[in-house]
Amino acid sequence: METNKFKKWREKVLKPFITINGERKSIFTTLSNQKIESTYNNQGDPKEEFPGEYPYTRGIYPSMYRSRLWTMRQYSGFSNPEKSNERFKHLLEQGQNGLSVAFDLPTQIGYDSNNEIAQSEVGKVGVPIDTLADMETLFKDIPLDKISTSMTINATAPILLAMYVALAKKQNVPLEQLRGTLQNDILKEYIARGTYIYPPKESMKLITDVFEYCSKTLPKWNPISISGYHIREAGSTATQELAFTFSNAIEYLNSALKAGLSIDEFCPQISFFFVAQNNLIEEVAKYRAARRIWAKITKEMFKAKNPKSSMLRFHVQTAGVTLTAQQPDNNIIRSTIQAMAAVLGGAQSLHVNSKDEALGLPSENSAVISLRTQQIIALESGVADTVDPLGGSYYLEKLTDDIENEAFDYINKIESIGGALKALETQFQENEIEDSAYVFQQELENQERYMVGVNTFQEESTENITFQKVSRREIQQQIKKLGSVKKNRDMKKVDESLRKLEKIANTKDNTMPAIIEAVESYSTIGEISDIFRKVYGEYSPTY
Amino acid sequence: MDNNEIRVLIAKPGLDGHDRGAKVITRYLSEQNIKTKFSGIRKTPEQITELAAKMDANIIGISILSGAHLELVAELFDCLYKKEMDHVKILVGGIIPESDKEALNSLGVKGVFGPGTSLEEIELSIRNAHGE
Repeated sequence: METNKFKKWREKVLKPFITINGERKSIFTTLSNQKIESTYNNQGDPKEEFPGEYPYTRGIYPSMYRSRLWTMRQYSGFSNPEKSNERFKHLLEQGQNGLSVAFDLPTQIGYDSNNEIAQSEVGKVGVPIDTLADMETLFKDIPLDKISTSMTINATAPILLAMYVALAKKQNVPLEQLRGTLQNDILKEYIARGTYIYPPKESMKLITDVFEYCSKTLPKWNPISISGYHIREAGSTATQELAFTFSNAIEYLNSALKAGLSIDEFCPQISFFFVAQNNLIEEVAKYRAARRIWAKITKEMFKAKNPKSSMLRFHVQTAGVTLTAQQPDNNIIRSTIQAMAAVLGGAQSLHVNSKDEALGLPSENSAVISLRTQQIIALESGVADTVDPLGGSYYLEKLTDDIENEAFDYINKIESIGGALKALETQFQENEIEDSAYVFQQELENQERYMVGVNTFQEESTENITFQKVSRREIQQQIKKLGSVKKNRDMKKVDESLRKLEKIANTKDNTMPAIIEAVESYSTIGEISDIFRKVYGEYSPTY
Repeated sequence: MDNNEIRVLIAKPGLDGHDRGAKVITRYLSEQNIKTKFSGIRKTPEQITELAAKMDANIIGISILSGAHLELVAELFDCLYKKEMDHVKILVGGIIPESDKEALNSLGVKGVFGPGTSLEEIELSIRNAHGE
């Protein structure tokens, strides 16, 4: 028997959504040809929840992956722009539908490739971008209006966004068509990831400039991806991952409001980024709890009216820390379980790690296996054929409630300290994460928790696997290229644009237009960052 | 200072900010009553040498996950040599490809630890390196 509540949801929410968005198949069936319904409910339960309805525990869209699968977005970039461009094109040919750029550390911290401090790190963990010329090479033959691009960049995010905008102009792509995401989440850099440059308050100013610029100029662009991923990888628990991420989110919302944006203008552009760890059901519960927490924060704390403001859109990456150098093939299995958690939890996009990442950079071959893992889950496993397939499990529902409640306790605690920014200045989050990491390591050492191949079922032999190497030659090419770009640019324009930028950085005005002008004159990432270093100073934590 | 006392500086050279392992090891060694300090992230080989001199460290434990280990460890050896601190022994942990272990050992590194190494094993290697 259908309840009225269910009927109402089907007629008023599900059907209109499907009319607009369609479904992947006219009928979904099991391998035994039983019809699969859009969603299954414990009808009549007073706590009954529906996908696509506040607080979105079961998913932000009424038909989720039945209408559209998640975006398969493998994070990549290494050596130099030429090589990374080849890898991008290969992944797109293999059926990937979004790009995700990994930048090297000098680019992330605002140093040119020829800076002495950067020399040994050029091209190691991502692609080096010194000037707009590198961006042109990186996206050669990739039309920016046809793809969406995610960029893992924080302290130098405004500069990389400026380069992307400048490139779009060169490709004659209207800016309102640009789709993508800038990580731009500096708070978690102080808490867990470490690629900060300027002091927190000054960094927040730059981030708010990006918010404001995107809201006016790039309507389809996510100006921030608030990240729990690195907090968890640094050792936090699942609950801390959510709590610290949403405390940061509250801080960003407050700063956006202060800059004059309205909550319903800004919230729909915010995206999130979480990890998928090994404990499958806990992770699914975490994503469900996350949607509920965000819905409540936006609606109850910030009085958002637009339903889109309360819908949590998030990217997931499988957990780097669970990968083992021992018996590396096992990492494919771990990543598959983790990817399943992301899909069962309703992620909007996904990256699956490669088996060789506890040893070095992934080879092309293992990067493709990661993409295939996603395709197998999407097209063969059947878990994408009904919405929130695990919803209603006693265990899952209890865990969802528990994680939500515990996370809110933490969020309230941080609010009582004075918010995420105040808390991180006293290293509150950092210390909490460190404690959790230490407890976990001790549990491993005492065999209260297991890692197969590491503290149980060890094998003697170490496997010899091939992975991507970055050659000295490729780094030299990058430095040479930078030299020739610098030689051929109009120095008058460079000087003018940098002087202008410095002037604006000293005011409260938005810095984005001046940054765009600077990158268009082929000023380097180091030159632009140095202007901000001069005006804002550099952050150094106390240990 | 007591020459038999082990004094360890856990240090992160280069630009990589992943300090989970470094912090866990610092805390563990301290709990084993080994005098241990953490440098913080993003230190140059010169800064690490300075910090080591300041605490009269006889062991430096390098933690690095960015792939820049060969260059940075070689530089650190040079810095220590210039400051006449070549008695200081270096151990390295992080994402280190098998093929690079040999190269690190031939630079003079006294132990290389990949992911999954137990804390006890690291402690033992430090004690052995110190006793040599």
